[in-house]
Amino acid sequence: MTVEGIFTGIAAYLRGFLAGAPPWVVTLAMGVLYLIGVLAFIFLNALYLIYLERKISAYMQQRIGPNRLGPHGLLQSVADAVKLLGKEDIIPRGADRWVFIIAPILIFIPATMLYAVIPFGKGMVPADLNIGVFYFLAVASTTTIAILMGGWGSNNKYALLGSMRCVAQMVSYEIPLTFSILGVIMLAGSLQTSQIVAAQGKVWYILLQPLAFIIYFVAATAEVNRAPFDLVEGEQEIIAGPYIEYTGMRYALFYLSEYANLVSVSALAVTLFLGGWQGPWLPSWLWFLIKVYIMIFIFMWVRWTFPRIRIDHLLSFNWKVLLPLSLANILVTGVGIKIYQLLTLGRW
Amino acid sequence: MLDVSALLFWLLAAITIAAALAVVLLKNIVHSALYLVLTFAGVAGIYILLQAEFLAAVQLLIYAGAVAILIVFAVMLTRRGDIKASNLYNFNYLAAGVVSLALLVIIILGNGRMAWTAAPAPAPASNVAAIANAFLGRYAIPFEVAAVLLLVAMVGAILLARGGKPER
Repeated sequence: MTVEGIFTGIAAYLRGFLAGAPPWVVTLAMGVLYLIGVLAFIFLNALYLIYLERKISAYMQQRIGPNRLGPHGLLQSVADAVKLLGKEDIIPRGADRWVFIIAPILIFIPATMLYAVIPFGKGMVPADLNIGVFYFLAVASTTTIAILMGGWGSNNKYALLGSMRCVAQMVSYEIPLTFSILGVIMLAGSLQTSQIVAAQGKVWYILLQPLAFIIYFVAATAEVNRAPFDLVEGEQEIIAGPYIEYTGMRYALFYLSEYANLVSVSALAVTLFLGGWQGPWLPSWLWFLIKVYIMIFIFMWVRWTFPRIRIDHLLSFNWKVLLPLSLANILVTGVGIKIYQLLTLGRW
Repeated sequence: MLDVSALLFWLLAAITIAAALAVVLLKNIVHSALYLVLTFAGVAGIYILLQAEFLAAVQLLIYAGAVAILIVFAVMLTRRGDIKASNLYNFNYLAAGVVSLALLVIIILGNGRMAWTAAPAPAPASNVAAIANAFLGRYAIPFEVAAVLLLVAMVGAILLARGGKPER
């Protein structure tokens, strides 16, 4: 077994192991296994990303960052996770009890479901749906409701303010996000993530769609509520917004899904614009990881460089700049494709 | 082998109808709106069973955002001290009965006029292209009319919200 085929080899071996069982058992068992794999991926990444974020922010601010626990402070996140597990679980008396309890669980479901269509490597898509990218957008849009439930259920004015901002911000930034992806879909001629990656064998779409990439990046930053668009949380003004009343594991679930979403929007950016798992020499899944981490580093770089912007500026920037630009991008892409077809094929 | 899809259909249908009843019967308007999400998710599930994945994704994408906005408006417009009694009952049984009955009759008549036949061919693997062709080809004019209608509604809403003549 080569390094390239480690994960596909494991999957094939397990399928062989289940060969005698009826097909629906195989489908169910493989689904559960993929889910376990995705959950392990999310937990390991989140644990490491919290450490990475603290280190990067520290170096950008000429500090050292966590360095006490383990070599270079590598075990800090583990200690923090254990600490969160031991915290008291508080439900405020005035809270809308069930909405408050369900919200952190509900936010984690779409965060996990998003990974179903991510091509982690060559032939490594958990569920290669033919509407892949569209599925991603549809599932991602439900995150808004979970945050809104948390904010409303807490029965706290700052939480409610945060969730109101969340709706205004995430519903409006969804539109340029979707439109920026349309350019790529027009070029690839498919919504299937594996085919979009395959179509980038010769040239990555970031070269053909640079404007779309920038729009995607800005809108994605707003969608995952990271600075400079972290108005939903805004520690200095509304004290973490919808998460203000949450403690212990419930708070950790919100935090976890936030990092899970950061990884998934980076993974989608890699899939759509940076050629997915394609690259020379190294195994495909390693290329994918490297590119995802480059994207995540840029997200962190932006977070620790720019100050937060005001809510009205945020919304007018979306409607007056990003939306017209993304529409223009679709128009130019459409005309470009037709001209290319005329030049190469000699017909419209 | 037992028929899994029939089982799933009845499960989804039960969830959808129970959630829809909760939307109407609950007294807290935010809870009603949240159950509306469950109703829409159940309908999306039925679309998936019918192998119309694109439609299911559209259902989720549009209504998730729509319900979020609905809740925001519910919270903004219900100026009551206690949100627990924001979705109140009234006693207009007669008017409600007439309207519901009329709607039921229209739905039953509409269903009866349609000749429901099962398509002999299996559903195509990808129905995105077929939907696009239908929208931009055969049904281009109804599609555009619907778009213009939405635009008119939007402009009207903005005009109403501004209210009367502008200040300057």
